Formats: sequence, C-alpha cells, structure tokens
Amino acid sequence: MRKNSNFFILIGTIGLFVCINIFLMASGKLPFSSDGFGIILGAGLTLAIYSFLYKDNPAFKIAENLYVGVSLGYTIIITWFNFLKPDLYDPLIVPIFSKTATRDPRYALLIPSLLGIFMLLRFSKKLSWLSRWTFAFVVGLGAGVSIPRVISAFILEQIKPSLNPVFSGGETMLSSINTLLIMLGVISVLIYFIFSVEHKGAIGKVSKIGIWFLMISFGASFGYTVMGRLSLLIGRIQFLLRDWLGILQ
Amino acid sequence: MERFLRIDRRIIFAIITVAVIVSLVLRFELPIPASEPVHGIYKKIESLPAGSHVMVAFDYDPSSKEELQPMSIAFLHHCFSRDLKVIGMTHYPGAPGLAEQALTSVASQYQKKYGEDYVFLGYKPGSASLVINMGENLYSAFPKDFYGNETTTLPALQGVDSLREIDYLFDLAAGTTIEMWIAFGKEKYKFELGAGCTAVMGPDMYPFLQSKQLTGLLGGLKGAAEYEALVGKKARAVSGMRPQSVVHVIIILFVIFGNVIYFLSKR
Repeated sequence: MRKNSNFFILIGTIGLFVCINIFLMASGKLPFSSDGFGIILGAGLTLAIYSFLYKDNPAFKIAENLYVGVSLGYTIIITWFNFLKPDLYDPLIVPIFSKTATRDPRYALLIPSLLGIFMLLRFSKKLSWLSRWTFAFVVGLGAGVSIPRVISAFILEQIKPSLNPVFSGGETMLSSINTLLIMLGVISVLIYFIFSVEHKGAIGKVSKIGIWFLMISFGASFGYTVMGRLSLLIGRIQFLLRDWLGILQ
Repeated sequence: MERFLRIDRRIIFAIITVAVIVSLVLRFELPIPASEPVHGIYKKIESLPAGSHVMVAFDYDPSSKEELQPMSIAFLHHCFSRDLKVIGMTHYPGAPGLAEQALTSVASQYQKKYGEDYVFLGYKPGSASLVINMGENLYSAFPKDFYGNETTTLPALQGVDSLREIDYLFDLAAGTTIEMWIAFGKEKYKFELGAGCTAVMGPDMYPFLQSKQLTGLLGGLKGAAEYEALVGKKARAVSGMRPQSVVHVIIILFVIFGNVIYFLSKR
C-alpha cells in the first residue's frame, strides 16, 4: 500500500512538472528552442536531486547517475581537445603519419607518453612491473619539487606573522590585541597537541585554552559551511524562480 | 516536550525552502559593507594601470557555480572597466564552459575583443607542474588557447612570457588550488595573488591573509556580494544575501529552540 502511494506521488509530481512546462511554453514564458528545453532539463534535474530530501526515489537515482556519466564524458572530451590533441597528437602523431605536415615530430614527447602508458600496464600481470618506473618518477619528482616549496610557503612564511612584536610602536591597540591573541592561540593549541606530557597543572590549564581556540575555529568553519550550503540552495532556487518560472526579474 | 525533539527533519527543510523563496520574492535592501579582505582585492585592481595583465584562474566546476560564478563575473566587470588585459585559464576540466560564459558575457558589455583585450587558455591537467611550467614559459604550457589559436600570435599576451610578467593573479577556487598557486607560483615567481573561494574553504585561507601571501580574499556568496556592491554591479550575489541573512536567523532560532527544549526535557 505504502509502495503504491510512493509510486503515485512520483507519477503525480512528474505529471505536474510536465503540465507546468507545457503551460510555460504555450504562454511564451519559455522559448520553444534548445535554450528552453535546456532550462526545462536543468529544472527537472534540480528538482530530482532535491527530491532526495523527501526520500530516496528513482528520479533522484536517475539524476545522480546522469551527473556522474555526463561529468566523466565531458571531462574526457575536454581533456582530449585541451590537452591530448594540442600537446601530443598534433606535435607528435600528426607529423609522423601525415605527409603534408609542416613541422618535424617532437620525439621528446615519446618519453612522457611511454611513462603514461606504463602506468596503465598495472592491469597486466606480466608487465605491471613497468608501472613502477612511472611511479618512481612521479614520487621522486613530486617529493623533490614539493618539499622545499611547502616548507617555504606553509611553514616559514606562516611563522613570520606569528613572530610579530606585540608593541613595536605605531600600531593600533586593536592590532596589538590581535597579535597577542594569535600568540596565545598558537602556543595553547600547540601545547594541547603535546601528548607526551600529562595535561595537569599549568600545562592542563593552557591546553584547555587551546581547546577553546579549537572550538571557536570549528564553530567558524561550521558557520562558513552552513553559508556555503545555503548559497547552493539559494542559487538553485534563483534558477527555478528566475530562469524556469520567470517569477523573479 | 519530547515530541519537539523528534520533529520530522522534512519540516525543517520545508521551512528553510519557504524562507528562501519568500525572501527572494519580497524585495528588501540589506546593507552589504565590504570587509577588509574584499577591499584588498578591489584596491589592488584599482591600483593597476590600464593595459596591465591580470590572470584569472577559474578553478571550479558547476558544483560550486552558485558561489564562484557571481564572484568571477563581478571581478571581470572590474577588470574590463579598468581596461586591464584578462588572461583566463583553469585547472578544472568542468570549468571551461563556465569560464567562457563569464568572459564572453562580461567582455561584450565593454566592447572588448577576444585576442586583443582578453584570452582564454582553457583547461590543462598537471596542477603544480602546470604552474611551474607556466612560471618558466607560458607558451610551452599553453601552445594553443581554448579555441585552437596559437598563443604566440595573440596580442593580449604581448609582454607576457611567463608568470613573472603577470601583474596580478586571481584564483577562483573550489579546491586546494589557492595553496598550490601560493607554494608553486607566487613564492617562486613573485607575482601578486588574490583569491576567491567557496565559503567552506574560507576559514582555512585567513592565515594566508595574515602572512600577506594573499592580497585579499572573497569568501563565498558574501564575498561575491561585497565585491558586486563595491564595483556597482549588484546582481545574483547581492540578491542572494537576503535569503542568506533570513535563513541564518532561522537557523540560529532553531539552535536556540533545540537547546532550550533539550534542557527543559532533562528536568
């Protein structure tokens, strides 16, 4: 009985959606063109995704799988036309096989191409050992490039403002308080994360201050997260009211 | 009292949805003062002379469109109104459609020509290695633009050989690209960097403002609305701040209500 009612709710909702679109097109609010059908598709998929808030249903499942499939297909096409074609196919493959090519093939591109192909050989039992060469290259290059840059950008550059003097003359009272708070926050949170010493006495009190700083930062992050998620909802409702229904101008 | 603690979550969803719709339909103005990090980006763009090169990295895809697209449109309005040369690119395969839409729609309002006043280099994978490649030679990183034109022939890129010649770089980020631009771009090739990010990432970016590794920051829809107000192009972000504020008040009331009911039920 319950299953039947869910089925009728779904069919009723789809029927209502179709009726609204027929009315919008007949009244000229939506153009009878690819743009109009694009908006209807967008509205339908938006409503299908949000229908999950009521409960899981076939419309949500279709929209979810469609999103995954379309994203992947789009990524493949963009990668081919933006990367593989101009950077590999045109400079290497075309000059080798085309007699009318005006440029010599860039044979140096064979090295990264082969390394890329080696990575795919992980699926072969006999040749999977070749993929280790590629991984060795990626890990070695990645570590070599990243370690100095990360230390410089995220540790040394971040330590600098933490070492600002509280009173060096000329600054406002508020900026001095700000510097003091940063100093207190950095020290207390660092002490909270020292687990080799028991958190008792002075250490315990300072680590408690550290917990407060952490809690405030979690609260700020949560507030920003709520704002972010709401922005997505507002954007979709703006689309439905403005672009689809034409209620907002 | 117990039944208040077991309210069907769908009632809360419905209240939030109604609040968003009503506050979008009813028009009322709320003040949107620009914060210091938003001013940082605005002032930087104001300080650039006409003809300076600004690179915009559209590092987001449709899942973050609602927050970052209004931001990119407001920023492009500012750049084109100041006659700056805009160079667009992206690390996200899902971004080219959105970036192209933003660039062409805003550029056409200022009669800007593709290739002369702005270019779109398109998407390229590689993340950090792409940034390093651009830092060494922009033309080897992007031999062709999004439309298949040879980048060496584009007048808008004249005077730019690498990231070192970029006057300002603005990253619109839905992921970890801001950190990547800082570590592998800004620190190494010494250009000025500003960023716009989703609200979720906002708090993580503040340390980079403190260390002056970022000249400014637009955080979420609020940052976008502040920038729209600053450049005098109030659009989707500003109108989105009405429901944003109303729903925040409702959520705060829900939190207070939930806590009061919880403590009363414990008695």
